[in-house]
Amino acid sequence: MNDYLNDPRIHREIIMDHYQHPHNRRLSEDPSYLKAHMASESCIDDLTVMMKIENGKIVDVCFDGVGCTVSTASTSILTTLTLGKSVDEAKAIIAQYYTMIDLKPFDGEVLQEAVAFQNVGKQANRINCATIGAKAILQMIHEKEHHDEK
Amino acid sequence: MLDTARIRQDFPVLRKTDCGELGIYFDNAATTYKPQTVIDAVMAYYTEGSVNIHRGEYDRSFAISEAYDAARAKVARFIHADPHEIIFTSGATASMNLIAMGYAEAVLQPDDVILTLESEHASSLLPLMRVASKTGARIEYIPLLDGGRFDLEAYKNALHDRVKLVAVAHVSNVLGYILPIAEMARLAHSVGAVICVDGAQSVPHLKTDVTGWDIDFLSFSSHKMLGPTGLGILYGKKALLDQMDPVLLGGGSNARFDRTGQLVLKGTPYKFESGTPAIEAVLGLSAAIDYLEGLGMDAIYEAEHALKARMVQGLSTLDHIVLYNADAPTGIVTFNVKGIPAQDVAFYLNANGIMVRSGNHCAKVLVDVIHTPDTVRASLAFYNTPAEVDRLIDVLRSVTLEACIAVTIA
Ligand SMILES: Cc1ncc(COP(=O)(O)O)c(C=O)c1O
Repeated sequence: MNDYLNDPRIHREIIMDHYQHPHNRRLSEDPSYLKAHMASESCIDDLTVMMKIENGKIVDVCFDGVGCTVSTASTSILTTLTLGKSVDEAKAIIAQYYTMIDLKPFDGEVLQEAVAFQNVGKQANRINCATIGAKAILQMIHEKEHHDEK
Repeated sequence: MLDTARIRQDFPVLRKTDCGELGIYFDNAATTYKPQTVIDAVMAYYTEGSVNIHRGEYDRSFAISEAYDAARAKVARFIHADPHEIIFTSGATASMNLIAMGYAEAVLQPDDVILTLESEHASSLLPLMRVASKTGARIEYIPLLDGGRFDLEAYKNALHDRVKLVAVAHVSNVLGYILPIAEMARLAHSVGAVICVDGAQSVPHLKTDVTGWDIDFLSFSSHKMLGPTGLGILYGKKALLDQMDPVLLGGGSNARFDRTGQLVLKGTPYKFESGTPAIEAVLGLSAAIDYLEGLGMDAIYEAEHALKARMVQGLSTLDHIVLYNADAPTGIVTFNVKGIPAQDVAFYLNANGIMVRSGNHCAKVLVDVIHTPDTVRASLAFYNTPAEVDRLIDVLRSVTLEACIAVTIA
């Protein structure tokens, strides 16, 4: 874990790997999936993220579309981290992720491979790319919660 | 031959760059840098009395009004038009919206056709799409050759007697090809269509002759031709402008009105210029045109063409670069690095002190023609240098995916 946290070479390899071989890169035809289409206003990233929540658990999450290295790799990592987690666990992961992007102290045990992005917050012009997947996941969780309340 | 070293002394920002403070600027199609004379003209307006125009009771206003009118005459001369055919707007975008709302909306009938290109800028296409949906007119696209080049034969075949408006950019902001605009105007007129030209990327870089070309409308922006932001120009043939209604009403454009709503507008072009204009920008544009004419538009074109040729030559020796417009004559170079998203390449260049643009360059519908959603665009201006071009090539020679990621997460 300490290697992950501190070695920029490993960070680069994690991002390269998730960009070139993204995990959960597919979309579902199943109408019971939630869906978030994220088109960034900087006009490059155009990703769709889909999620199925059953009994408070994320039973599937996947994505597809066109994105830069940062948006593709971060979305790949975050889908991997949240897949199979309870909604509350996923919310905690995303909250930690945003804390890290804000350049505040974060829990590397929770973020695992996502720690590769620990310095991206220093580049204001890449923050949108790094949070596009996080935003989509949160948006769908909120949509589900809102729906269940009614 | 332009003396680039001397020219760079005329631009305060380039003097800084030569001292290594700022990077290499290759986003000139987005907007250009401004020479000291333009900055001085703007500053003089503010420091020597920022009064309104056309308040002739006092000397300063009279003098500023004269300078303002002289700037209009200068713009007219620069593009070979009459001063009464020059309308000041807030930018090329506003000019094209004015054509759409003030002209096209009034004349188009259901099933009339607007003929355009898939490579057009959003500022041209979106106003046209709206006017089409309001009037029941249709948009048709002149098929581009694979790779995005224009084909005069395809244009001839696309013209027919329902075509009422041909709307094209003289130079595309994505690919930099120059259209045969005089020939296109002649053909448009032969079917009774009006041709409106987006000159945002051509007027700053080529000689413009609206009269010789016989085009009906021309839109362009001050800030892309060394002038201030917030100012654009709409040229229109006097007869067409006379027949148009302004989109905006208000002070400055009316001759008189009364409480019952009886309104008499001023004549062309004043009827289109309601409200206080960007006075300092107009004065700055006047200085910008002086600067451009001092160098000569032919010399500017030659200089940019030579820089572009050098960049294409260098990039074509790199196997990992895909060039989309090697044969386009203007200073726009559009490319990708194999296996690396355009945005990452642009950020990498930025980390190496080179400013370029990545994305679809506001021409979203072009994707189907060049088969790539996003590209990197380096756009040159006459004040760029061969050394700057060589630096870009050097940086790109060694670019890798890993290096791009490294600069992002460092
Ligand atoms: C071809 C073309 N048309 C229109 C525009 C719009 O110009 P402006 O943003 O100055 O209104 C641009 C500038 O981006 C352009 O490149």
